[in-house]
Amino acid sequence: MHSFFFQAFIYLFAAVVSVPLAKRFGLGSVLGYLIAGVIIGPNVLRLIGSEHHAVMDVAEFGVVMMLFLVGLELRPAVLWELRGPILGMGGLQVLATAIVIGGAAMACGQAWQPALAIGFIFAMSSTAIALQSLNEKGQLKTPGGQACFSVLLFQDVSVIPILAFLPLLATIKMSGAEGQEHGPLGSLPAWQQALLVLSAVAAIVFAGRFLLRPIFRYIASTHLREMFTATALLLVVGIAQLMQSVGLSPALGTFLAGVLLAESEYRHQLEADIEPFKGLLLGLFFIAVGAGINFSLIATHPGLIAALVAGVLVLKFVVLWILGRAFKLDNAQSFLFGFALAQGGEFAFVLFSFARSIGVLTSEIADLLMAVVALSMAVAPLLFTINDKVVQPRFTKRRAEREADQIDEHDNPVILAGFGRFGHVVGRLLRANGFPTTVLDHDPDQVEALRQFGLKSFYGDASRLDLLHSAGAEKAKIFILAIEDDARGLEIVQTVQQHFPHLQIIARANSRQHAYELMKLGVTEIYRDTLGSSLDLSVGALRALGMRGRRAYRAARIFRHHDELAMRDLVNWLSDENAYISRARQHIENLEQILKSDETRLEEARDPAWEPGYDGA
Amino acid sequence: MAATNRVLILFAHPALEKSRVHRYFIRGLDSMEGVTFHDLYENYPDLHIQAPREQELLAAHDIIVLQHPFYWYSSPSILKEWQDLVLQFGFAYGDNGTALRGKKMLTAITTGGPEDSYTTEGFNRFTIRQLLAPFEQTAHLCGMEYLPPYVIHGIHRLTQDEVNTHTAEYHRLILALRDGTADWQKARNWPRLNHDLSQILLPAQTDHA
Repeated sequence: MHSFFFQAFIYLFAAVVSVPLAKRFGLGSVLGYLIAGVIIGPNVLRLIGSEHHAVMDVAEFGVVMMLFLVGLELRPAVLWELRGPILGMGGLQVLATAIVIGGAAMACGQAWQPALAIGFIFAMSSTAIALQSLNEKGQLKTPGGQACFSVLLFQDVSVIPILAFLPLLATIKMSGAEGQEHGPLGSLPAWQQALLVLSAVAAIVFAGRFLLRPIFRYIASTHLREMFTATALLLVVGIAQLMQSVGLSPALGTFLAGVLLAESEYRHQLEADIEPFKGLLLGLFFIAVGAGINFSLIATHPGLIAALVAGVLVLKFVVLWILGRAFKLDNAQSFLFGFALAQGGEFAFVLFSFARSIGVLTSEIADLLMAVVALSMAVAPLLFTINDKVVQPRFTKRRAEREADQIDEHDNPVILAGFGRFGHVVGRLLRANGFPTTVLDHDPDQVEALRQFGLKSFYGDASRLDLLHSAGAEKAKIFILAIEDDARGLEIVQTVQQHFPHLQIIARANSRQHAYELMKLGVTEIYRDTLGSSLDLSVGALRALGMRGRRAYRAARIFRHHDELAMRDLVNWLSDENAYISRARQHIENLEQILKSDETRLEEARDPAWEPGYDGA
Repeated sequence: MAATNRVLILFAHPALEKSRVHRYFIRGLDSMEGVTFHDLYENYPDLHIQAPREQELLAAHDIIVLQHPFYWYSSPSILKEWQDLVLQFGFAYGDNGTALRGKKMLTAITTGGPEDSYTTEGFNRFTIRQLLAPFEQTAHLCGMEYLPPYVIHGIHRLTQDEVNTHTAEYHRLILALRDGTADWQKARNWPRLNHDLSQILLPAQTDHA
């Protein structure tokens, strides 16, 4: 129908136009791709049509690559640590969702067999959407994000037994051999299948441990960058092919390979090489999902489908939320967990087609439910946005109000806000020198962790006036700001300035920009958090290069002094970018000049500053 | 010849890059047996001197050499900091401060001004020995014998040959101090120890070196 280049142009153009727009409106890239898909799809512009299934096949490969990359980030030891959440949370999520949604399906008049199948299929969530969105928002490492990851991993594994189990639920007589399409191994006896599956996994583990590193070393020694990329792609494609041929999830296989390579020296190179492919293919995948939404079907039963989508999302959310609470996530993280995984997953498409082909579900129901899955995926990015914009902010406030510690130190001369990597050093030094310090930190984990080391701090949000009162701000002399969050830091400074003008503020600046903001608020004692250590390192480097210690030390002091003077000047030029840049350049040049002239001065045979006794004769 | 004295050289030069003399003087000092070369600015570029470590070093040596350029009629600042922190009551002086008793101290300095500027009539109005009185009295308070100072004057006018000669001489002096073959009693009233080194270094030893 259309040439390959035309196809590529359409897909890329749609992505390039819609994704930045979606990001700009704070909707995340996933929703941008989905909307692009809908627009170029058969329902709106009809720019892509029948070939979209082929595209979908290619695009699903993006998920495979994503799992490979996730594996690369995860050393085997870390994976082993997660075994509890993976089996416990993952297993319970799949079972509970299957039962709840299956029950709902029975209530809607389905027999128990198709109902159970529907339940299991809806238990799947979208690895692509959830991981991509969590990653994009930097929430993957939060407890909720980790829970999502564990559950998604279990879901990926559980697809295999579900595929094996679905035929047992068949109630519809099938005509012809349609039921035989699930993999080339379907005809083998079960024990042989199991043996093959095991040997495939064993082969990957063996290759990952013993073969891949020598191979990558050999390829890397050719110094041909594209060869390395080609090998990385070959590895991922090869494993995907192997896994598919034994009926396992390709994503799972590449994930395993990724884990095995996580400790190799080629990890970062592999990541860098695969990353762009993954990104584009995932985008393609989301576009394909968007284009695949069957609008004519939706148009015929809009109310029913809307109700089903809402029902699925709500039931899945409730199960996830309860599970999160049961596994000791706090309320906010449980909400993240629920919102992140409430949508249907890409495996649902596979499973529904399979269930239809073996006579578990009628075509009518399968098509309807696939539309529900697609819509739930389309809604998923919105759920993330709701979570971020509406749910979480409310939580942080309510949580702080409820759980702020009772502060039993009122008369300390110092209040220290922030007891993380930066603040705890400050606090320790002050206390070691006999200055009682009231420490506030808004990260309960941090408060707990440092308490184990005998470092006492109070959990609470230092931007709250009542908390500052109870921390004894009236009687204190000094307020030290040492938190990592720029915006909150500025907020706290303003609160302190407004209500406790007698407090001297000593502030940590997290960046040059942040330092400017603090200066504009009139804070004079500003310490940029990385300046000291980067200068220390520079002194070490200069000495390693053979410079005398004292001279290196002096050079660093000169640099620091000059940079601070420069900042006090540059803060006046922030409104005019051109002037700012040219002045900043001037300062940099001046500094280099000063350091150089210091050097020549040192090299001169005579320096009046050091030889005052010389009589000039 | 048995090494009889352990020599500690406390070296203080904030800008060795511009040094005319000291950079040659210090070459090879750290490989002399029985001699400890201790570069203060290099060890404490931030002037954060560790007193206990310095006191251990002092206790482990018999002759302390303060080698430095003569800045503002005194030492570079780190040596003053060193005195303030290391020569503590109870260690260096006071009732129980006997750790340094019986040791010897030698000042080895270089000046830009020529020798005749360090006279009562000269540009600097005082002699080197007068100007070094704080060091001499410090040594005295700590029960140490303060040797006549080793001084190189007018360093800006030295030729490289002269620098080399002085370097060899200085190294010979250090070895003689180590081996107990230097007769500084003769130099007791000289303006400087190296006024005429050949008289001080015993012949047997000078032949050796």
